Amino acid sequence: MIAIINTGCANINSVRFAFERLGVTPEVLSDPNQLNQFDRAVLPGVGHANVAMKRLVEQGWQQAVNEYNKPLLGICLGMQMLCDDSEEGNVNGLGIIDGSVKALQTGNLTSPHMGWNNIKVTKEHPLTKGITNDDQVYFVHSFAHEVNSTTLASCEYGQPFSAIIARENYAGMQFHPEKSAKVGAKLLTNFMQWQV
Amino acid sequence: MLSKRIIPCLDVKNGQVVKGVRFKQHEVVGDIIELAKLYSEQGADELVFYEISASVEKRLLDLNWVRDIAKNIDIPFCVAGGIKSVDDAAKVLEQGADKISINSPAIARPELIKELHDEFGKQCVVVGIDSFFDEQSGEYLVYQLTGDPNAASQTRYKTQEWIQRVQDLGAGEIVLNCMNQDGVRKGYDLSQLSQMRALCDIPLIASGGAGKEQDFVDVFNQANVDGALAASVFHKQVIEIPKLKQYLKDNKVATRL
Repeated sequence: MIAIINTGCANINSVRFAFERLGVTPEVLSDPNQLNQFDRAVLPGVGHANVAMKRLVEQGWQQAVNEYNKPLLGICLGMQMLCDDSEEGNVNGLGIIDGSVKALQTGNLTSPHMGWNNIKVTKEHPLTKGITNDDQVYFVHSFAHEVNSTTLASCEYGQPFSAIIARENYAGMQFHPEKSAKVGAKLLTNFMQWQV
Repeated sequence: MLSKRIIPCLDVKNGQVVKGVRFKQHEVVGDIIELAKLYSEQGADELVFYEISASVEKRLLDLNWVRDIAKNIDIPFCVAGGIKSVDDAAKVLEQGADKISINSPAIARPELIKELHDEFGKQCVVVGIDSFFDEQSGEYLVYQLTGDPNAASQTRYKTQEWIQRVQDLGAGEIVLNCMNQDGVRKGYDLSQLSQMRALCDIPLIASGGAGKEQDFVDVFNQANVDGALAASVFHKQVIEIPKLKQYLKDNKVATRL
């Protein structure tokens, strides 16, 4: 069974429908005490880091997510919340995956970074199985995690940044696998098959 | 490298996809879900749905088809039609839409852009602009309520002013529909789009006039827009998306195959 952590953000249905297209029926979970009963969990997120992080803590998810020892995937802002801190609203994250989230330095390029971009696998991992440098995924963000030892795949827009990160049973994707067509479906399938 | 986006536009009326020439004489093109699935499987990068009669009839678009779209396609999509408040937008986004686009309601009450920005973030907020080139004055003018020829009217804004204003209020993307070109398939308005591109720090999407594959190459290379929207050439199979993508690649336009 897979849980989608209900943080009250707007794209929960998008994530749910993506798993349903893969033949999996996730449960949208609002009670942190039940998280441990699930084999896998997804932490979605859109919006402002400060607001989302505050909500996560207020609803009691901090401890439940910290103690969870099965595969957990953060998507977009959900990924950023797993990191040490975010420059967006100068807020502390859950500190589960090393690294800071900072404003993307896009230079002359338009911002936010919105659209399909290539990802480059930098570290072998069950999550990136079958992904090549020609594969593109859908990004929408203006803040990003700096490339470091937790980076599994990187992307470049004005500067290099992490597209996929992982530590132990926790992983995060900066883009939206639920909206990334066949490549996204492959990544979500990898997540479903990931054994820690 | 960030790909230039190809965006089929589906005008929705009474639950079906319709197409008009210069926004008039709407004819039925097909079923919303079937077309949406077809385009996403063919490699469209994003879809836009406009419920064209919603703003004119002063109501919010029908939420049922939005949810059906979200269940059936795996690419991002944007929805427009009578979204006048944060509550309206929340309802649409909850169904699974990625972005909302506002046009006439933003002209009626520009603060709506800021309210949507503050609630959902910049990336959700698309502003559609219908721009008409007035040959007599040589000015680009913003029109509203173009979903109905009887209701369509000129606004107080020049296009350049409105583009600046919506960015200041927090828009995350602009779809610029060049009305003189719309539906006539003679190519995008490269001159207007280039001028407006220079004023935009946010993504700019070209709309109106696509007739052949080369039109897309031209609008990306000459006007440097981030995406190109088109309707009839896709609905009438004048252009097939897989071939268009290959043509873009052959012409050195960053694209997703």
